[in-house]
Amino acid sequence: MSALADLAAVFGQLSLLAFGGANAVLPEMQRQVVDVHHWMSARDFAALFALAQAAPGPNMMVVSLVGWRVAGIPGALVATGAVAAPAALLTWLVSGVWYRFRDAPWRKAVQAGLQPVTAGLIMASAALLIRSTAVDLSAAVVVVVAAGLFIFTKLHPLLILAAAAAAGAAGLAG
Amino acid sequence: MSQTRPDPGVFDLFAGFFIVGICGFGGVLPWARRMIVEQRRWLTPAEFTGMLGLCQFLPGGNIMNVTVALGSRFRGVPGAVAALLGLMTAPVAIVIGLGVLYDRYADLPPVRRAFVALSAAAAAYLLANAWKIAAPLRGRPLAIAIAAATFVAIAIVRLPLQLALPGLALASTALLWRFRT
Repeated sequence: MSALADLAAVFGQLSLLAFGGANAVLPEMQRQVVDVHHWMSARDFAALFALAQAAPGPNMMVVSLVGWRVAGIPGALVATGAVAAPAALLTWLVSGVWYRFRDAPWRKAVQAGLQPVTAGLIMASAALLIRSTAVDLSAAVVVVVAAGLFIFTKLHPLLILAAAAAAGAAGLAG
Repeated sequence: MSQTRPDPGVFDLFAGFFIVGICGFGGVLPWARRMIVEQRRWLTPAEFTGMLGLCQFLPGGNIMNVTVALGSRFRGVPGAVAALLGLMTAPVAIVIGLGVLYDRYADLPPVRRAFVALSAAAAAYLLANAWKIAAPLRGRPLAIAIAAATFVAIAIVRLPLQLALPGLALASTALLWRFRT
């Protein structure tokens, strides 16, 4: 019971600090999970993070895994709910105001200003992700080939991902 | 909202984001944009980028915030809850299943190599998506310069987001307003 309460407290606080998602609060998350609460070693934490990267879903999935390791299925549900709820409440409040003023000149100006910043930010996320996944030459080749297929063909994205995983398993890439 | 625009119900919101959650390898943003803009046309490309822009300035996962903003716009609080549950249900179940499998099979070389290649392809998918989101900037040198400055600040200088974003957003809004055409 106290483990569930601790999970809720830790991830509830991280929720409102996680600008850009879990990656922004990863160092603080590791400090809480490893150093403060001694739920697992730093090595275990890194393994869970890599696993969460390979799974589908928002980049918050490492939180569900930590909750699961600490307190099983209830732990996963409590940790995920705690990290989602505060940010969701804030988004609900702010996006309502944002939509109500959709025709206001100030909102249009701000929206035009956010557009290039958003584009730059997504490019930066992609670059950082590529840097951490293109660990050797063959992985870098996968990045280049897959990017070309995603941009210039109409192939279903899951097909491209599955082909990459199969090539890796067969020893052709990765 | 125009009458030609689809008007998703609570179940549509759950179902749409459920698929996004299942597909979302390497991050859900590309899949969310594909579902919301290209397949179901709940938002125009410009509306999606606007909503995403707002959500990036709020704490929490960007797409988790998009589900809340989009769900509540169409169907209020029930819509927001349905969209968020739709997004999260499958990934939480899958990641726990992967945790169990990983504990058992992580040491097998083919499994490890498949994970490396899958992560690399997923990163490429995010890059392709960034390409699409940047498309409206073409032919606008000032907007491209602002996007480039954002990229440098976050990816190269590695400024903390909460520090860099307010300044970039204010500067961008002021510059584009001053030099609007």
